[in-house]
Amino acid sequence: MAASPLTYLDYNATAPVRPAVAAAIAAALTLGGNPSSVHRAGRAARRAVEAARDELAALAGVGANEVVFVSGGSEANHLALRGSGRRRVLVSAIEHDSVLAAVPDAERLPVAPSGLLDLAALAERLAADDRPALVSVMLANNETGIIQPIAAIAEIVHARGGLLHCDAVQAAGKLPLARALLGADLLSLSAHKLGGPQGIGALIVAPEIALAPLQSGGGQERGRRAGTENVPGIVGFGRACVLATEGIATCARLAELRDDAERRLLAMAPGARIFGTDSPRLPNTLCIAMPGVPAATQVIALDLAGVMVSAGAACSSGKVRPSHVLRAMGATAEEAASAIRISLGWDSRAADIDHLVEAWGALYARAGRPVAASAA
Amino acid sequence: MTGEPAIDRRANAAPVYLDYQATTPTDPRVVAAILPYFTEKFGNPHSTGHRFGREAAEAVERARGDVAALIGAESREIVFTSGATESNNAAIKGAVRFLRDERRSDRDRIVTVATEHKCVLETCRQLEREGFSLTVMPVKSDGLLDLAALAEAIGPRTALVSVMAVNNEIGTIQDLAAIGALCRARGILFHSDAAQAAGKVPLDVDAMGIDLLSISGHKLYGPKGIGALYVRRRPRVRLAPLIDGGGQERGFRSGTLPTPLCVGLGVACAIARDEMAAEAARLVELRRRFFAALHRRIPGMRLNGSGEQRVAGNLNIGFPGIDAEELLEACATVAASTGSACSSASIEPSYVLRALGLDAAAARASFRLCVGRFTTVPEIDFAADALVAAFERLRAMEGMKKAASGAT
Repeated sequence: MAASPLTYLDYNATAPVRPAVAAAIAAALTLGGNPSSVHRAGRAARRAVEAARDELAALAGVGANEVVFVSGGSEANHLALRGSGRRRVLVSAIEHDSVLAAVPDAERLPVAPSGLLDLAALAERLAADDRPALVSVMLANNETGIIQPIAAIAEIVHARGGLLHCDAVQAAGKLPLARALLGADLLSLSAHKLGGPQGIGALIVAPEIALAPLQSGGGQERGRRAGTENVPGIVGFGRACVLATEGIATCARLAELRDDAERRLLAMAPGARIFGTDSPRLPNTLCIAMPGVPAATQVIALDLAGVMVSAGAACSSGKVRPSHVLRAMGATAEEAASAIRISLGWDSRAADIDHLVEAWGALYARAGRPVAASAA
Repeated sequence: MTGEPAIDRRANAAPVYLDYQATTPTDPRVVAAILPYFTEKFGNPHSTGHRFGREAAEAVERARGDVAALIGAESREIVFTSGATESNNAAIKGAVRFLRDERRSDRDRIVTVATEHKCVLETCRQLEREGFSLTVMPVKSDGLLDLAALAEAIGPRTALVSVMAVNNEIGTIQDLAAIGALCRARGILFHSDAAQAAGKVPLDVDAMGIDLLSISGHKLYGPKGIGALYVRRRPRVRLAPLIDGGGQERGFRSGTLPTPLCVGLGVACAIARDEMAAEAARLVELRRRFFAALHRRIPGMRLNGSGEQRVAGNLNIGFPGIDAEELLEACATVAASTGSACSSASIEPSYVLRALGLDAAAARASFRLCVGRFTTVPEIDFAADALVAAFERLRAMEGMKKAASGAT
């Protein structure tokens, strides 16, 4: 049997490292040196870290002194939510688990069926309590790709003396991020979602915010994050930011591919539901429910056909729960349990979409239609 | 020794690297193992629904086994972290906060040692601000903890004892087995920061009675940005996680595992396990040769820390009457440091050396020379010459200054 082609459509879980980034990491791995050491090897490592910090600052439209390197998006979210010093914390109901778990007793803000934050409810909640709050709303959702109106949210939050944290992990490299435009005070970023390496992320911290560190120790990252810097990771992150910034213009290409997939899947299965089509959405993300077929079944069947997608977030390995994101948007438990996430990235091509459509169509012909028909 | 490359003595050549306790070069075998996981095998190890994810997950689990084997642990007792600083924070904060919040235990005391790494001391001070009580034990003049004093200091209110395995400045090896036995007998958790010990000295978490143990990738020829925390399962040690969310690492540490870095740490541990005994013997020889070459030519040179209970690669010495920072600045062909890299920019003399009883001047005159896997005999001979020459230049300048001030 000829080897079937493999199609990776799970970029929101992680993306392959871009070749130029891998080359930069390989060089940095052999560079050596601890950036805190004052001798030549240490100074060379320090220069590499600071050059990458500038590249990241350019992506986020901030000053280099606002960039705190951390181990990834989960740590960035924890540092923001636990380090801001604000006792009152409000988070949207569709946040990533790492935000929801950082402050378990945070107040949950509802979203509309469109997936967008209910701005009236936000204003009401903020007005109900005088304590200065920290509000956390993600820029783009990891499951649906729905983009929140962060600038409008920032205005409401700031009018009440609040701080706004924005998890921009999925949006970085796909949307312009200038913090001034977004108005967020704290911004979480992760390298491996945009073609950089796993194990490195950053929290952007507005200069006026005094952040309490999660990790105590040496005074690295100006006292905001202790621990020897992950130099190769930071170098790779910086390089990935440069390439991602250049690549934002080509994101339209991804939207075309994604929209093509959407049209073809719906043509085959008019009963399938695609989430977020009425809202601004990332160009690369497609969240679709095949009624009556559990998401795990779909993921396994597609994997057997060589197409890699996921059932929601990739986190707690193997455990497939109905998505809290889709439930918050008013999806029924059954709909939420039958939704998969298809996500494209920098190396995606038209042939990948053909492969997806073929494999999804075959599965639908086998499993989808009879169940859908019997339900009707 | 034949076959060893000659040292490049040109002024612009790379300095001889003698700072292996600040960070080690990544072993080329580790680099080779890591690279495919960035590009060809890039899956998210938690995406076990598809083959790229499973391939990454399998690589991570192999690495976990290699880390566990280095310290006599089980795979599932290993939690990957971003480095030893995180491991130390997660262990100490996690253990005592869990006892307070979940167990409502009245064990609220933490006992540690004056010569610990800054991230352990800072973590303990942070917990002190949160209401825990803290005892920082002194050490003897050789850097070793006084076990009788420790036995007296710990009791029914003690939640956790944290003692590092090998000191990062003076290389002193603590008697972990004895400390572990003291703690075990009293129902106290024993954490050890083994960032400088793992892969350098034999460690066995069962024989040493260790409940929590921190490992760093970049101190054992692995990559930066990765570390591990050993968390004992029998009897089970519970932690309040520092980073919560996706529930990875059995809830101890959320966040996507960096597959390439996990692989790198695993390979680094496997290499260290294979080569540790022979490598330690080689490094002890190098260190003796280095020490002898300096001692012969620098009258009054002192050795800080125990001569016997010392990790193979470490020397910490004081040259009489000089400022070590000035010496190292005057000796650009050698890359060494006066102490922990974290405080390299600080002007305070080393608190570790002060804890041994050195006065400020003696501490200021001291510095650390660490040899490692890639150090050669010609490098040692070259570095000894360079350090002696720099010392003599500084002394001569000192003499001229004195003569000049005497003449006025």
